[in-house]
Order: sequence, then C-alpha cells, then structure tokens
Amino acid sequence: MRKSIIAFGAALALGGAVSSASAEEIVIATVNNGDMIIMQKLSKEFEDQTGIKLRWVVLEENTLRERLAADIATKAGQYDVISVNSYQTQLWAKMGWLTKLDDFSASYDYDDFIPATRQSLSVDGVMYGAPFYGESLITFYRKDLFEKAGITMPEKPTLDDLAGFAEKITDRENGINGICLRGKPGWGENTPLITTFVSALGGEWFDMEWKPRLTSEPWRQAMDWYLDVMKKAGPVGAATNGYNENRVLFSSGKCGMWIDATVTAGYLLDPKESQVSDTTGFAPFPVTDKNPQAAGWSGAWALAIPASVTDNAAAAKKFIEWATSKEYARLVGEREGWLLAPSGTRKSTYALPEYQNVAEPFADKVLAAISAVNPTKPTVNEVPYTGAGFIDIAEFQALGTTIGQNIAAALSGSKTADEALQESQAYAERTMERAGYYKK
Amino acid sequence: MAGYQMKRTARIALAPSVLLLIVGMIVPLATTLWLSFRFYNFMNPTLGGFAGLSNYEFFLTDPAFLQAIINTLLLVGGVLAITVIGGILLGLLFDQPMWGRGIARLLMIAPFFVMPTVSALVWKNMLMHPGYGIFAWIAMKLGLPPVEWLSNYPLLSIILIVAWQWLPFATLIFLTALQSLDHEQQEAARMDGAGPFDRFIYIILPHLGRAITVVILIETIFILAIFAEIFVTTSGGPGYASTNLPYLIYVQALMQFDVGAASAGAIIAVVLANIVAIFAIRLAGRNLTA
Amino acid sequence: MVRAATTGLGWLVALLLFFPILWTVLTSFKTEVEAIAFPPAFWPEGWTLENYFQVQERSEYFSHFLNSVIISLGSTILGMMVAIPAAWSMAFQPGRGTRHVLMWMLSTKMMPAVGALVPIFLIFKSVGLLDNLVGITLILLIGNLPIMVWMLYTYFREIPSDILEAARMDGATTLKELVYVLLPMSLPGVASTMLLNIILAWNESFWTLSLTAVKAAPLTAFIASYSSPQGLFWAKLSAASTLAILPILVVGWISQKQLVRGLTFGAVK
Repeated sequence: MRKSIIAFGAALALGGAVSSASAEEIVIATVNNGDMIIMQKLSKEFEDQTGIKLRWVVLEENTLRERLAADIATKAGQYDVISVNSYQTQLWAKMGWLTKLDDFSASYDYDDFIPATRQSLSVDGVMYGAPFYGESLITFYRKDLFEKAGITMPEKPTLDDLAGFAEKITDRENGINGICLRGKPGWGENTPLITTFVSALGGEWFDMEWKPRLTSEPWRQAMDWYLDVMKKAGPVGAATNGYNENRVLFSSGKCGMWIDATVTAGYLLDPKESQVSDTTGFAPFPVTDKNPQAAGWSGAWALAIPASVTDNAAAAKKFIEWATSKEYARLVGEREGWLLAPSGTRKSTYALPEYQNVAEPFADKVLAAISAVNPTKPTVNEVPYTGAGFIDIAEFQALGTTIGQNIAAALSGSKTADEALQESQAYAERTMERAGYYKK
Repeated sequence: MAGYQMKRTARIALAPSVLLLIVGMIVPLATTLWLSFRFYNFMNPTLGGFAGLSNYEFFLTDPAFLQAIINTLLLVGGVLAITVIGGILLGLLFDQPMWGRGIARLLMIAPFFVMPTVSALVWKNMLMHPGYGIFAWIAMKLGLPPVEWLSNYPLLSIILIVAWQWLPFATLIFLTALQSLDHEQQEAARMDGAGPFDRFIYIILPHLGRAITVVILIETIFILAIFAEIFVTTSGGPGYASTNLPYLIYVQALMQFDVGAASAGAIIAVVLANIVAIFAIRLAGRNLTA
Repeated sequence: MVRAATTGLGWLVALLLFFPILWTVLTSFKTEVEAIAFPPAFWPEGWTLENYFQVQERSEYFSHFLNSVIISLGSTILGMMVAIPAAWSMAFQPGRGTRHVLMWMLSTKMMPAVGALVPIFLIFKSVGLLDNLVGITLILLIGNLPIMVWMLYTYFREIPSDILEAARMDGATTLKELVYVLLPMSLPGVASTMLLNIILAWNESFWTLSLTAVKAAPLTAFIASYSSPQGLFWAKLSAASTLAILPILVVGWISQKQLVRGLTFGAVK
C-alpha cells in the first residue's frame, strides 16, 4: 500500500517535472530507416534526462529529401534537427546553410570517429553533420548456396567472379536469384551503385572541363555487366527494387548475393529480421585491376542543424551530441541488441567486447570497406569533383535522378544500354550547360 | 422588394467566393509567371536575374516533355474510358434487384474513400508486387510467369489504380441517374418489341447523357492533376514511361530545384489545362447550366 | 433465377472492388513474415495486434487524426459558408455573366497544384502559415470551393423560385429566406456536398504533405512515414493504412445514403 502511494507521488512529481520543462520542444526530421526508428524509440531516455520534448517527422527517404531541401533553401526553419547524408552535408555546409558542430564537450571525443566517415561530413576540417552511421559497399552472400554449388568466395572477388557465381547459384524454380542489385531509379538508389561500378572499371562522370563522359567505355562495360548479370540471375521486377526491397528479398532467402550498404550487415545476422541469419557471409565489393581503390562508396547518415534555427539551436545540439555519443552506441547495444549498434562511426564501438562478440563475422570487413574508400580521389583519371558514389555539385541530384531513370529503363528492357547512356549523356550536357559550367 | 436591391444582395453574396478564388488563383499565378522569367534555383543561389524565354525553351525541349503530355492525356483518357464504361455497366447491374444489395453497394463504393497514397501503396506492395503480390500468385496458379506490372506496364498500372478509385464514384452517379429513369417508358418500349440492346441505346444511354458529362468533367479535373499515385509507385519511370505533366513539373521544382523552369512548366500546364477545360466545359456547360 | 444471377454477379464485382481494402485489413493482423509469405496466406494465423502497437509507439496517431478532422471539417464548414450564398445568388438572381463566372470557377480547378507549390510555399513561409492548421485549411478551402459552388448551384436550381418569392412576400429577409426556406428544401444536396468535400479534404495528399511538418500534419503525412521503410514492413504499412482510412470509410458508409441521394448533381435526374 505504502509503496504504491510513494510510486504514485513519484509519478506525480515526475509528471510535474516533465510538464514544467516541456516548454522546450524541438522538431526532428528523419528518414524512416531502422536505425532512425531505434533512435526515436530510445529518445524517451533523452527526454526524461533533459526535459526537452522531441517531436518527430519520420518520412520515406525521397519525400524527406525534397521536404528538407525546400525547407533549408528557403530558410523556412520548420525542423530543428535534420537527418542528411554525406552529399547533402557537403553541399549545404558549403552554402552556409548548416550550423557548425565543433563545440561538443570533451567527452564527445571527435577523434573517435572513423576518419573516412568524419571526413565525408566535414568541410575544411569542421564537422557539419554528426555521423549517426557510416557505410560503404560490401558483398553479402549465402554460404550454404555457395557450398551446394561447390564454389568458394575468394578473398577479393572481381566483377567477373561474381557474374559467374551468380549464374551458378541461380535456381529460379526454387525462387533463388543468383544476385540482387538495386534497380530502382534515384540518385540515392541505383545511380550511386552504377557510379561505383564505373569507377571500379576506371571511368568517371566528368572530365576536367566538366564534359560528361557517360558514353565512355567504362560506362558501357559497367552497364553491360550489370544488365547481363541481372538478366541471367536477377529477380523479377528488378527495376523497381531499391535498397529496401532487396533487403527484404535477401533476408527472406531469395538472393544468392547482394552488393549493398555495409550498415545492413547487423540486420542480416539478426534472426528476428532475417531468415538467413546463420548462412550469410561477407566479402568485399568486387574490384577490377583497373582501379583497385574504387572499393565502395563513402556515405553516412548524419544529424545536422539548419543555420536558420536559432531559438532551439542549443537544445538541438544537445540532442545531436546525445544521439551520436559513445554512450548512445552502448544504449542501443544493451536495449536493442549489439548487432544493431550504429556501425561505421566510432572506433570505440568496434573495440567493445560485447560488440566484437556478435559482430565478429563482419565487423572487420565493414571497417575495412569504409576505410578503403578515398572520397577525394575515387577515380583513375583526374576529375574536378570529389565524392565516392556521388558528386559534390548541386546538379548531381537532378543528374542522378534522370540517369537512374534511364538505367532502370534499360534494366526493364524498354531502352537498350546504348540508348540509355546516350540519352543520359545528352541530358547531362544540357543540364551542365544550363547551370553555367560551360558555354556550348 | 425592389429588384435593384435584390441584385445588390446577390452580388454581395457572390463576392466572397469570387474574391477567395481570385486571390487564391491570381496571386500564385502571378508569382509563377514572374518566376518563369527568372533564373532561380533553390540549390544554386548564385544564379539569378532575368531569364527571358530561356526557362520556357528549357522546359519545352526537355526530352520528357512530349511524352509527359501524351501520358497525361492517356491517363485521363484511359481512366475515363474504364470508369465511364465500367460505371454504366455496374450502374445497370446494381440497379437490378438482388439479395443484399445494400451491403454489396457499400463494399463497392469503398475504394472511393481511400486516400490516393494508401491505395497506391497497397496496390504496389500487396497486389502488383511480382514477388509477393496477389497478382503474381494468381499468375502462378494459372501457370504463367508473374507480370512485372510497374516496370513493364507502368502507365497501365497507374491507370488501373486510379480507375479503381474512381469507378465507384462513376457507378454511384450513373446508378442515381438510372433510378430516376421512367420505368413506364421502358415497359412501353418492351411492349413494342424493343430488345435489351435497343432499349439501352435509345432510352437508357440518352437518359444518362448528363450524368456522363458530370462524370467526365469532375474526373478530368482530378485526373489531370494525378500526382501521389505516380510518386508512390513508379516515380515517373522507368525512363519517362509514367511521367505526366504535374510530375514533370514536380521533378523540375523539387528534385532539380530549378524553380524557373518549373514555373515555366506550370504556365505551360495552365495553358494546356485551359484548352482541355474549354473543351470539357463547353461540352459540360451547355448541359449543366442551360 | 434472374435475381440469383444478378445477386451472384453483383456480389462478385463488389467483393473484387473491395478486395484490396479487405486484404490490407487482414494483412494488418499478420506477423511481418506472414505478410510476405508466398503463396499468400489468406487468414492471419495469430491475429496479432503487434503492428498496431508498433505504429502507435512510433507515431502520434491521435494528433494526426485530430488534424485531419480539423482541416477537413474546417475547410468544409467555412467553404459552405462562402459557397451557399454564392450558389444562391447564381441560382436565383442570375445575371448575364453567371454562366461565365461559374465556368471560370471550375476552370481554376484545372490549374495543376504542383505548379503553384513554390509560390504558395514562399508566401506561406513569409506570413508564417507553414505547418499551420489555418494555412492548410485555407488552401483546401480554396481548392474545393469551385466544386462546392457548382454542386450547390445545381441543387438550388431544382427548387422552384416561386417558393422563395412566397417567403419574400411574407417579409422574410434574404438571410431568413436562405436559412429557413432554401436550406431545408435542399438538405440532401447540402449534406451531399459537405460529405463529398470532407472526403476530398481528408484524402488530399499534395498540399497536406507539402505544407505541414508536425503541428498541422494530418493522416496523409502519418502514412508517408510507412511507405517503403527498411526491412519487413507490409504488416505495419497495412496497420497504418487501416488506421488512416478507417475513420473516413466509416463516415462514408454511414452517410452513404445521403451522399448518394445528393450525387445527382441536380442535372443528372
């Protein structure tokens, strides 16, 4: 009896404390991916600690990007904390649209971040986006299917290796596709994947005069490889499969291989999420001898604050510091399972015995994949841009969208590879000319 | 009461609506017109200044432009064909006596209440998905390979989704019109030996004339502006296969952030929509206000 | 015999049309793994409520729901207050320009909303109407006003003007004439116009998504957070979809008779 009275009183007091402090309220706009949903869930902790109330706008990726761009470009200031990727961070920081995140407390330990991830979110050495997770590309494969087919995944597979394997393990009768790759059009979907293949084959988007190089030999080779392997071993409806769709396919046992973001590794080993948790293996992104350094892309989801936010900037910073701290990684591990701890951001996470315990099959490979990429020089030839998997110019979003559409059209068979590349080239020339990179 | 005073009251009564619509239309339209002659890109604040006609040129020479016009018309035409023909047939069907007609009718009209985004998501993920969808399962049962609806027949898929939403609306209007049909006249025609087909052509169809106009007019207004269904399912692709005019403008404005070109596109769309409107309203206006 | 045939056919068509909705509701009670099972399982095995709990935990359903109610009712009621006098004026005191005014009103609906997005966004931003219930209500009101005026106009025209004149002879003011004579007589039409507008406003998913963030975000924004997330999502998407469409579906079903009675658009009969 007495206990319950005390509990009741405590609840009252707590309620009072919360409601009196809830004057401060910040709006967070994030993408609806797994890590962000976990963040939303765990943030009750932050609200209790600080009394700051969090309101969430959780949107599908494309919708979110458009909304954020409109908001930040017009300085509408509807959101106090936004989730952005490396490309947006680079671009918007250079325009002065983001707030510097360089004054967190000493315990935040900036030097703990993996250099490649931190670099992709910094301009002139100043961090504008706090990494929530970092990623590169990795090859997921089914060890059981490889064994059955009598093949082994080499230490460093090549594009040709993977094409051969994909054909061998395809078993459409039983719903097994040899390989799943992104086909859904978008500058954040199929375009960065193809861009990385092109880099691996020694190609690039632009020459030093900003002339598009989309009909060059490496682009043709990349398209031929991609279309050929998808035709022989890809799933039906591949042209509408993006990251999410492929993740569902792979985790439900329908793909023999899948080349995609490293951040997925933990989820694929989680039996709650994945039916292939004990048969998934990990291998590096396929290289060619033409450009061994094109080993993936450098990407991150990060939290940032629009420069137009003033009143709530302090509270927003407090939240970001919390959500990207060492302690947060630990919190996720303890509450949600260590497999899901944010990957690709903090070296300290990889040093934790609890994390090593469960993440052993992939942790080193993920770390290696992220560290192997050099975003300042992703290509063989000299180029006027930086970024691995993206190009740090404002026009990339438009280019990536349209070129992704053309690639998808080639994949679905409504255009030939040549048509797709030629139309992309013409479109790129038109866009760059309009943006004033050169006169006709 | 004096007619003059009455007229004044009538004008005052009309004024708020007219004012609201003028403000709601003229202000955005004028701003759009102004923007369409400016260089203005959200993501590139260094651009600016008077653009002359170059935004119009840029939009009109967009490789997707012609296709977008054709797709817009195909969408309107396709959905209208399905809903008008299907609606008349269903109207005739539900006009017949049947057991549990009230409940059947409730089930039939339900799609009209569903949000466009929800219906697009449901169709895309749960019906048309070539891996897990119901349609793929039906194809499998029939021993056929699954159809990749959204990649191989993107425009047709969108037409189907939109038609599903609007078929109940058309059916309801036709049903209402049919119920007011003079049954004695029908009976008399039957006595004269007119077959069901003749009765349909000479009695029912003319009677439905106005209802058809209403359906065409209202649906055209909404289908010209179809956006959410495309955004959710195909993003206008593959290629430009399912890009319509609103979606193309949207791509310019919010994916490429080229507000200048998007505004030019909007002005072009307004002109085109008005051409369609003149046709539709001519047709409807005579019927509906005469 | 004929009745059996029409019954069979009618029910078949009705069930086919209703199937996507039924399937969504059923899927919302399945586990995620069950939801993507192939071949599909028709009935949920365990009838789990888990998806609804998860959706509830992640999103403030009630606040989105409330916003939907406010903006769809608000835009409809305010719209009627403006549209009824206008329709009365056109139906009973027509001038030479009446037909043109009406057609002009309808033609404003032909302007693609997306073309006006940037100007409206900028205007709203400068007057502080972004993510604001008043702002979004106003936009929906303007968007649906032409349809309201037109529908009401067609109903009012069905009413013989002698009756109104009789009322006027008795010394009723215009307002009284409107409220006590006209509206009761055209009640089915008025009810139907309101219902149709509530439905259209509830489902409007361009402006509601583009101009709101948190405070004014209705159910269309709520559903946007469940479209293609990561991992398995069919069951949660179905639960969220069910929650988003159920209120308006129930309203639609309950008021079906009124809606249908009024959908005659005056001229259809």
